[in-house]
Amino acid sequence: MQKVFARPQSMLETTSHFCPGCHHGTVHRLLCEAIDHYGIRENTVGVPGVGCGVFLYDYIDIDVCEAPHGRAPAVATGMKRVAPENFIFTYQGDGDLGAIGFSEVVHTANRGENITVIFVNNSVYGMTGGQMAPTTLLGQRTTTSPRGRDLRNDGYPLRMTEMLAALEGVVFAARVSLHTAAHVKKARKAVMKAFHTQLEGTGFSFIEFISACPTNWNLSSQESVNRIEKEIIPYYKTGIFKEKDGGG
Amino acid sequence: MLQGCVALAEGAIAAGCRYYFGYPITPQNDIPEYLSGRLPQVGGVFIQAESEIASINMLLGASAAGARAMTSSSGPGISLMQEGLSYMAGSELPGLVVNITRIGPGLGGIASSQGDYWQATRGGGHGDYRLIVLAPNSVQEMYDLTIKAFYLSDKYRNPAMILADAILGQMKEPVRLKKPPVEIPHKPWALTGASGRKAQIIKSLYLGDGEMEEHNWHLYEKYEQLQRRDTLVEIDVDDNADILLISFGSCSRMVQSAVGMARSRGLKVGFVRPITLFPFPHDTIRELSREVGRVLTVEMNTGQMWDDVRLSLHPGCRASLLARPGGGIPSPAQILSKMEKLLKAGDKVAEGIC
Ligand SMILES: Cc1ncc(C[n+]2csc(CCOP(=O)(O)OP(=O)(O)O)c2C)c(N)n1
Repeated sequence: MQKVFARPQSMLETTSHFCPGCHHGTVHRLLCEAIDHYGIRENTVGVPGVGCGVFLYDYIDIDVCEAPHGRAPAVATGMKRVAPENFIFTYQGDGDLGAIGFSEVVHTANRGENITVIFVNNSVYGMTGGQMAPTTLLGQRTTTSPRGRDLRNDGYPLRMTEMLAALEGVVFAARVSLHTAAHVKKARKAVMKAFHTQLEGTGFSFIEFISACPTNWNLSSQESVNRIEKEIIPYYKTGIFKEKDGGG
Repeated sequence: MLQGCVALAEGAIAAGCRYYFGYPITPQNDIPEYLSGRLPQVGGVFIQAESEIASINMLLGASAAGARAMTSSSGPGISLMQEGLSYMAGSELPGLVVNITRIGPGLGGIASSQGDYWQATRGGGHGDYRLIVLAPNSVQEMYDLTIKAFYLSDKYRNPAMILADAILGQMKEPVRLKKPPVEIPHKPWALTGASGRKAQIIKSLYLGDGEMEEHNWHLYEKYEQLQRRDTLVEIDVDDNADILLISFGSCSRMVQSAVGMARSRGLKVGFVRPITLFPFPHDTIRELSREVGRVLTVEMNTGQMWDDVRLSLHPGCRASLLARPGGGIPSPAQILSKMEKLLKAGDKVAEGIC
């Protein structure tokens, strides 16, 4: 019999702590596939921020350094400058990257730091119990926007990929989703391109993953997938926003 | 002749530090300005970060990758670094932070002050940890103690701090550049990629039952070892001294002058200078305060080191404080007149600020 689907080599065999329907696990898998594809497990270092993704080391068989909340791009900068030959990526949520760590990601991107930033946008603060994030959609109810995100009080949901794509230092920027097999396929391609960008040494690469958080959205897994299709993608358009010559 | 900040920077290079991350703030700009030119000459990297928060986290990353690296700043910037310092101590990462202090709180002033003593010696950020804190009092020591700070920081896998001020940063003195052979210890814990070994993790998060308590006792044991083995103190005490002066950093230079003047007047005096502020020379001060019976602490704050002095004193020893918390420098004449007043008053002067 032919084996058509297997656990990537760099993925540890363990039970997941993620909630049912959460997409963090899918992102992990795509990263492992790319690590295996390029054969870089032995010179890769992951830098998770603080959030549900902090347990990266429980799932991926690589060196990992925890960073303070929001500071992963600065930590990755220090690492990459010491060892430019290593493959360095950060793994950050939307609170981590879009709120407390906004300055670090913008300046790291603007320096054209040759690292890859993996950004998981689930439109809430997952780990702390579902509070409003900078990416929370208008009208979306969270534990700190009980009547829904209010434009006058909370401002607009932040589009990080579009903002970063505008910076000269950014070589590759894409937003992908994981709610259908077709989207996962596109996401896989984008991850490969982002990895390739860093391996070529051309500069900063960035991928935003639209991701479900059924637990904090108070929805089932299927309802969450529907929500991504109907409410999230119309505001957070998927696609490649930047692909400079020489990158990707 | 070298300027203090330049001597410190050369000390870092002599120690094998090749990475500097920092954000401008007076009165320490001479360090980044010098290193931005110097580091590339020796194959190093200089990054002007977007904030002190970014600086300390770049330092964290460079250290996790196994390199000797540093940052420098002053009061407000050091405050912003406290979260990163706490993570570094919790993750057992070495690294050097230089604080060329200003007067606080708030934006304060840029003149010399020793008001960051508590922040430096108590850990400063959240949690149960300490920094290794060294306080030079000469340009030679700006060089020597920087080398020492890297050594101790690697030895204990804990961030170290040089606590100095604008006087030490700006003044010029002759320096012997000893250039010891750089011995950067092997760092098997560094994250270099899981090649030929198991994957490694650098972290400070421990959620398992009892893990955090065990971790904190482990850190505590390192601080105890530091106290036992690596406390540095300068001692200059006359036989049968009647008063013991205690001071650190730039301020101790004034005290040394005052001690010289006192001796030329025939007084019997002693002088103790903590060189490491953490670990603090508690044992030395306890012993000397027993012998001498009266101490005068002189510092440029409202009495922060005095806390540690009083924790060390032999019971019954009389303790007084001469404090200048606003940028003013206690002059040798002022110190001498305090000394004489205390000695004349004998047992009649109560403890306290004089
Ligand atoms: C300085 C600081 N502030 C707040 C926190 C608490 N905190 C932990 S995770 C988190 C937000 C996580 O949300 P996000 O980044 O969106 O990631 P997710 O958990 O949703 O994947 C917060 C606020 C912290 N650890 N440190």
